[in-house]
Amino acid sequence: MPVLEISNLKKSYVTPDGARSAVIDVPQFTLEAGEQVALAGASGSGKTTLLHLIAGILTPDSGHIVVAGEEMTAVSEAGRDRLRAQTIGYVFQTFNLLQGYTALENVMLGQMFGGGADSGRARELLARVGLSDRLNYRPRQLSVGQQQRVAVARALANQPKLVLADEPTGNLDRRHALEALGLIREVCDENRAALLLVSHDQDALSRFDQVVSLGEVNRALYAGTPDKEWIEFSATKN
Amino acid sequence: MTNWSGAKGLLMIVRRSLGQHALSTIITALSIALGSGLVMAVFSIKSQTYQAFTGGQAGFDAVLGARGSQLQLVLNTVFHLETSPGNIPWAMYRQIKQDPRVKLAIPYAVGDNYQDFRIVGTTREIFTEFEYQQGHKFQAQSSGRFFNADSSTNPAESPREAVIGSYVAQATGLRASSTFNPYHGLIYDERQRHRDQYTVVGVLETTNSPSDRVIWIPIEGVYRMSSHVLRGGGEMFRAAEGEEIPDEHKEVSAVMLKLRDPQSGFQLDQTINKQGKVATLAWPIGRVMAELFDKLGWMNRVLALVAYLVIAVAAGSILASVYNTINERRREFAILRALGARRATVFSVIVIEAAVIAFIGAMGGYAVYAAILATTKIIVKAQTGVELNVWQIDSILWLTPLLMIAVGALAGLIPAFKAYRTDVAEHLAPTS
Repeated sequence: MPVLEISNLKKSYVTPDGARSAVIDVPQFTLEAGEQVALAGASGSGKTTLLHLIAGILTPDSGHIVVAGEEMTAVSEAGRDRLRAQTIGYVFQTFNLLQGYTALENVMLGQMFGGGADSGRARELLARVGLSDRLNYRPRQLSVGQQQRVAVARALANQPKLVLADEPTGNLDRRHALEALGLIREVCDENRAALLLVSHDQDALSRFDQVVSLGEVNRALYAGTPDKEWIEFSATKN
Repeated sequence: MTNWSGAKGLLMIVRRSLGQHALSTIITALSIALGSGLVMAVFSIKSQTYQAFTGGQAGFDAVLGARGSQLQLVLNTVFHLETSPGNIPWAMYRQIKQDPRVKLAIPYAVGDNYQDFRIVGTTREIFTEFEYQQGHKFQAQSSGRFFNADSSTNPAESPREAVIGSYVAQATGLRASSTFNPYHGLIYDERQRHRDQYTVVGVLETTNSPSDRVIWIPIEGVYRMSSHVLRGGGEMFRAAEGEEIPDEHKEVSAVMLKLRDPQSGFQLDQTINKQGKVATLAWPIGRVMAELFDKLGWMNRVLALVAYLVIAVAAGSILASVYNTINERRREFAILRALGARRATVFSVIVIEAAVIAFIGAMGGYAVYAAILATTKIIVKAQTGVELNVWQIDSILWLTPLLMIAVGALAGLIPAFKAYRTDVAEHLAPTS
């Protein structure tokens, strides 16, 4: 059973001049357990919006998103929160660590809403990303690379089935970017979590076996063009 | 190993948040502490004052005095405040003393002071028979004794002896064997000095009652005080040195009464107040004082209004303090939501945060309360001799903190709703 199944997903926004502009139009997309896929796309191509829809942070205009067998689009907001807390790990471009909390506490927050956090598991994860000596450091006391590693540990803290990574190397220099990327992929491998990473960083993308242009997935980018020019992602994969 | 789940996790988030805004949290909590302490102190002082002045601590059941206000009579004789409403003849004292319904009758003659402390002329019975609290009679400190003059002493030979309350000793420096000259009137005026010199023969142990502020002398001493004139017989009479004063010339300011039973009080009230026209019986003393407090009912309403205002201001300060942090914390809320926190969780965090600020303030309020009460206790003791019990547990002491916490939580609803509405996607910047 796929960890992620998307079908006929549509999302649009109302522009300042009152017109409705389609941002996401994904006819079909699937991701199996343990699969790691990179979505390539330029800024403004709807990468973050797509991840937010998958994570249940945004609601689509129409379509279906099934995460680990649960229909994200059919449950209430509280249900989406629970699904996100229990089955999805999210790595942000800007890390989004909470400044008032230590590295350990930030990781524990990643577990807390999924049914409770324990420091033992959080310590293990931080040790796994090489920060066992920085448990009580606050984000501003850590280097950029260390912050991203805390963010990775947090995203994996709830043992997610699906990890979403939004430009996780965007704020890092090349060395740290490659380190962070390797770490995300490695830990996902260990946990057999599916990874969907979106980026426009060619260096990062080149590390993936499966790199898909967002244009192949998101039909909205081809608004106004005939259907026949559309290449479905699933067909490309096959 | 630390585990966070449910309420524990919420409290951890609240603790971190308060820590991040420590300055505003402390300032807001201090304002709550002041408000809470003030409300507790005001109502507690009111309640304790009421109890102290109406709770039967006088030791007497009734006071017989000149026709006039019962309240003035009680204030003058029991609390040693106010002026005397006038005098009654000695014969009336003798008559009430022999009444079978009266267990104890002690005459008071007032009108002089020493450094603003009232001098009360009376008999030895005040020391030997009177109990200022059940089972407690006045005790002289080890180095002293009571004055000797009593009704059997030859009045003309009555020595000029005085027994002073503990507060008088503390305030004036008088000790056993000290001498002093009384001053005429109830307010100290150095031009009104009597020639008579009194010797302190004893200092009383502290009673925590208005008696601690009194200088007791034999009643004959009042009659014989230089420049005093007696009008008990209707005409002016000056006591000559060495001569006995005929009873018809004597008068007393009041007679302090201990009655056999409440029924006696009811009967005497009927006889003296309702049927008689020459004297007033203030009975029961607690009821007379309660009437004073009833007359001050408007003050209670003002106090209540002030309390409500203080609580409203406290609520406003919590609201402003928490509300002002919401905008800068929207990203934090968005991150928490992205990690799976529900809207209700974010809402609860803010409400709990506001309630915790109120709780911290309310706890600090106890310190403010204790400081105000301790100061008030000293002032009330100095002014009236009445002892307030700072440590008395009053319902206001738990009601106020509870109310503050509830009001704090209510004040948190508005910022909590603002946090609740935080758009997660919008605040998880940047987007790509």
